[in-house]
Amino acid sequence: MRIAVFTRSTPDTAAKVEVDAGGKVTWGDAATVVNPWDEYALEEAIVQAKSAGGKAAVIAIGAPMHEEALKHSLAMGLDEAYRVWDTSLEGADGLAYATTAAAAVQKLGDVELVIFGKESVDIGSDQHIYQTARKLGWTMLSYISKILEIDYAARTIKVEKMLEQGKQVITSQLPAVISVLKDINEPRYPSFIGIRKASKAVIPEWTLGDLGVTLPTNSTKVTAFKNLPPRDSKSEMIEGTPQEQAAKLVDKLLEEKVL
Amino acid sequence: MSAIYVWIETFKGKASAASWEAVAAGRSLASSMGVPVTALVFGENAVVVANEAGSFGADNAIVCDDATLTHFRLEPYAALLSDLVKKNEPFVVLAIASSRARELLAASAADTDSAMLSDALTLNVDDGDLVATRPVYAGKVWSDAAASGNTVFVSLRSRAFESAEPTPKTIDVITVAPVLSEDQIMTKVERFEEEVGTVNLTDAAIIVSGGRGMANNPATPPAGYAGDATVWKAQDGFEHTLKPFADALGAAVGASRAAVDAGYIPYAHQVGQTGRTVAPDVYIAAGISGAIQHQAGMRSSKIIVAINKDGEAPIFKMARYGLVGDLYQIIPAITEELNRRLGK
Ligand SMILES: Cc1cc2nc3c(=O)[nH]c(=O)nc-3n(C[C@H](O)[C@H](O)[C@H](O)COP(=O)(O)OP(=O)(O)OC[C@H]3O[C@@H](n4cnc5c(N)ncnc54)[C@H](O)[C@@H]3O)c2cc1C
Ligand SMILES: Nc1ncnc2c1ncn2[C@@H]1O[C@H](COP(=O)(O)O)[C@@H](O)[C@H]1O
Repeated sequence: MRIAVFTRSTPDTAAKVEVDAGGKVTWGDAATVVNPWDEYALEEAIVQAKSAGGKAAVIAIGAPMHEEALKHSLAMGLDEAYRVWDTSLEGADGLAYATTAAAAVQKLGDVELVIFGKESVDIGSDQHIYQTARKLGWTMLSYISKILEIDYAARTIKVEKMLEQGKQVITSQLPAVISVLKDINEPRYPSFIGIRKASKAVIPEWTLGDLGVTLPTNSTKVTAFKNLPPRDSKSEMIEGTPQEQAAKLVDKLLEEKVL
Repeated sequence: MSAIYVWIETFKGKASAASWEAVAAGRSLASSMGVPVTALVFGENAVVVANEAGSFGADNAIVCDDATLTHFRLEPYAALLSDLVKKNEPFVVLAIASSRARELLAASAADTDSAMLSDALTLNVDDGDLVATRPVYAGKVWSDAAASGNTVFVSLRSRAFESAEPTPKTIDVITVAPVLSEDQIMTKVERFEEEVGTVNLTDAAIIVSGGRGMANNPATPPAGYAGDATVWKAQDGFEHTLKPFADALGAAVGASRAAVDAGYIPYAHQVGQTGRTVAPDVYIAAGISGAIQHQAGMRSSKIIVAINKDGEAPIFKMARYGLVGDLYQIIPAITEELNRRLGK
């Protein structure tokens, strides 16, 4: 039995990201890291696989640069890593990704639970999480802050889910796809031995042909990246005693008609 | 005839205010395409909400008021939406990109193999394609995307489209049956703990946020206090300095990650790359340095006000108004001024 988790590399959140003259997104020489939200997903996969006596497998869909996130995952303690890549995925949309992700899970064969981070810090359209669940035809449980119970024999799962208005305790059926929030655990750091082992690992690469995937025809295409319009750079320092500063600020906000 | 569908998000039989922004966005698309706007309302009180949608610009509505739809659950909601889309092939399905809508629209787009544009800041028709601009890389850059196909699903950034003034109206309401019955739905809500007075940061017109600087509170914990004095000071500051300030402005309270991680205030208040993305009319940052990850969550605010004792703090670079000084002196002064001037 396997627990599968998806991850990839993203630019460090401190990176200055810009669109260059050629219209490409660049982040200078800033490092790439495992998508920060996925650390919780990776940790949860390790914990859940251990308690179920199964294996934790991590999958990245993407060009070779994403191997770094897989090595980090192996160093944390994931049992297996796979990378899916195919030139026809270049610039493909969320639905294409989800179709591919679902096929990768099916190829592993014995997956009961798929774990995603809440979103990626770069593209941040969590859409393909839900779409992967629908393509698999599995239960989708999002924004999970705690796994309360999994019963693999009865094929049930009980979780705590956060909503804008509070939290729910819900039960559902396996197999399931879940997305997890940072409250769920405290991700471990890779150990020294883990890093050594991971650096030697050879990560299998799958193509769309290996997965038997045909991409959907309706699609969303990114046509351009743009830098933000310059912020209204008017900036005014309000000086004086705290009382004077307060009075002047209130004047300004009343003038702007925002109160 | 094909239409523009707008899903109206409800909670306990009430529409989310942001839904009317989606109706307005649907209205302007509909006018350029010459088709009607259909509000979709699922769950309790659906007919009333549908007519409310009419007053905000919907031409007609499809409702399903069934006990299986009382709590938002993806299975019955997506089954119903996907069924309506397959049968009627609307041009567009719109909703405000709340956590529920993101999930619902994405799921139905997958069920119907349709394209989806998410988090749109703008939405237009160009040469038969739907085109949208959305923030990426935590809002550091924007991307333009085009979507094709019979039906395109679009989630809209809240506060990016302006809702119309309501004019009371009764519209044609079609009632449909749910697609899944309770015994076909595997997900069961066992318990729901509502958090009263929750922070709705994304809808707030004004936000006041506190950072690590909240810990420099001159107030001191009561004698014999056994906990961490710094945490006490910061929590006391959020409650007795920032909260009254927010109340005077009718604002929501936000926070930096440093404040959240240190346990000064719950995570639900966090603004930034790994918290909420907000775009209020006024964002007031107090005791926040303005790290790039914090900026990611608030840079689209219309007016930014920074209060910081360090005149070199990066937050001043993006602030329309900067106040250098001790927040524990400045904020009470502004609160007093507001209460005096706004007559509260
Ligand atoms: C992956 C990742 C994700 C992150 N996501 C987020 C996120 O979502 N949101 C977020 O906010 N951060 C995020 N961060 C953290 C971010 O990098 C900063 O560490 C954080 O924003 C700093 O919070 P702060 O400004 O409150 O604290 P500091 O940087 O310590 O600033 C405190 C400020 O308070 C001022 N101050 C102190 N006392 C007073 C006083 N009495 N009166 C007035 N001013 C005073 C100081 O001058 C200082 O400027 C993230 C970091 C990483 C690596
Ligand atoms: N190409 C990819 N390969 C593996 N995981 C991914 C990929 N893209 C996104 N994810 C994961 O899916 C989740 C949602 O990402 P996003 O839709 O980009 O917000 C995050 O946990 C991501 O790390």
